[in-house]
Amino acid sequence: MFDGLSLYGRYVAASIRSQMQYRASFIMLTLGHLVATGTEFLALWALFERFGHIAGWTLPEVALFYGLASVSFAISEGVARGFDMFAPMVKRGDFDRILLRPRSTILQIGASEVQLMRIGRFGQGLIVLLWSASALNVTWTLARILLLLWTLCCGAALFSGLFVLQATSAFWTTESLEVWNTLTYGGVETAKFPLSLYEDWFRKFFTYIIPLAAVTYFPALAILDKTDPLGTSRLFQSAIPLGGMVFLGVALLLWQVGVRHYHSTGS
Amino acid sequence: MTAQTLLRGWRGYRAVMSARLREMLQYRTAAVAGMVTQVFWGLIHLMIYQAFYRSTATPQPMSLAETVDYIWLVQALLLLMPWRTDAEIQDMIRTGNVAFELAKPADLYTLWFARILGGRAAPMLLRFPLIYGMAALFFGLRLPASPAAAGAFVLSVLAAFLLSSAITTLMTISLMWTLAGDGVARLTATFASVLSGSIIPLPLFPGNLQRVLNLLPFRGLMDVPFRLYSGNIPLSAFPRELALQLAWALTLIVLGRVLLARGMRRLVVQGG
Repeated sequence: MFDGLSLYGRYVAASIRSQMQYRASFIMLTLGHLVATGTEFLALWALFERFGHIAGWTLPEVALFYGLASVSFAISEGVARGFDMFAPMVKRGDFDRILLRPRSTILQIGASEVQLMRIGRFGQGLIVLLWSASALNVTWTLARILLLLWTLCCGAALFSGLFVLQATSAFWTTESLEVWNTLTYGGVETAKFPLSLYEDWFRKFFTYIIPLAAVTYFPALAILDKTDPLGTSRLFQSAIPLGGMVFLGVALLLWQVGVRHYHSTGS
Repeated sequence: MTAQTLLRGWRGYRAVMSARLREMLQYRTAAVAGMVTQVFWGLIHLMIYQAFYRSTATPQPMSLAETVDYIWLVQALLLLMPWRTDAEIQDMIRTGNVAFELAKPADLYTLWFARILGGRAAPMLLRFPLIYGMAALFFGLRLPASPAAAGAFVLSVLAAFLLSSAITTLMTISLMWTLAGDGVARLTATFASVLSGSIIPLPLFPGNLQRVLNLLPFRGLMDVPFRLYSGNIPLSAFPRELALQLAWALTLIVLGRVLLARGMRRLVVQGG
């Protein structure tokens, strides 16, 4: 385990070193990322300027959702982005090389594509989250802060699980399926607003099939100290983010099944 | 220039354009997958705007129905956005193969413009009818306000298409200065996406910001045609709006030509 972690660290260091070779390009890309996500939040601000609130939710409240979704997604992009880029690897037959190495495939794929420029999204999400934390009328007790951090970890696990599932599907399809983007990038877009705003079928999909509600909506209710129209208890709201971790666990099990199913495309 | 050489020239550019168009038509599966993603995106936005409009009683500069038309047209015509530079030209500039382009008996700007025009027409022709059809059948997109509005919309989209290609060509030319990265191009694309209305409809921005938006070329990419479609911009304003779109396209084309000529003068071909 410890050995695996240190190896992961070395992968990441190598990846960062190689990206830092193009320093100017890196700074430009990071800035670009920051601006892109930043303008998006400005657009949100403009909507609240015009409409005042959305079904009773204020801008600082929605900003909490926005920040939770952005930061946890950015973390998952940092650690599991390799799975997002995995399909071409199957197509080229490069996965054979990974299998030959005496280390876990999960570790190798996960660490294969640590993109530093994603720090742009992370930074912007964090700024929004911090702004929301100060604008909200909420006292930040230790319990609240811990709940927030716990939610972020579980959210990152959920999104990582989606990336792993996406990669796993490539064992069967070989092609990369853009449809997965609706769940990963679409999921983060969905999670930026309280799920209660959406239509019933949509909300159910992102509660029961993909447990997005578990890592955003429910814990956010607890953090905001709002009563849930569905009548869930605070204990439930604080424990349910675990669903994100479970989701990742299931995804990794399926990955193992996929690895056993793998047939090389190589010639 | 005689009529004959003019005609021969046109044939060349047309061939470049249609070759690129046919090349892009090969990627049908990718188009379908991209379409599903876009419909999903449109649905999220649809539900968000419905919730916003339910939350207010004050009349807005745009009705909910007009906003719904707008967000679906954004998805159906998303490829109108000047997203990225032409990958092959970018490669040519990096590798130095751009020298071959100079050897071709054609005007370089027109050649690139034709390539870019053809390259984005194909995916747009594939996606538009599918997304439009789905949105109109199931998700609340209305027909154009009137037959005349439909005509104005089509003409305005064509103008937007020219404008978008002019911006993309300009972005591509900027690569001659920033050899390694496409940072400038990406930043332009980011700003364009907000300032054109593809993130939120421009009429929903605060009033004082509108004045700035009106001074920029980007609203001609999406905001103008989409509001003509729903009747949010009355037909009487159509000639003026179209003229403005075309004037911007022309300005940017001239600017592109000037920059290209300068870039060519200082061009150092890479590689041996």
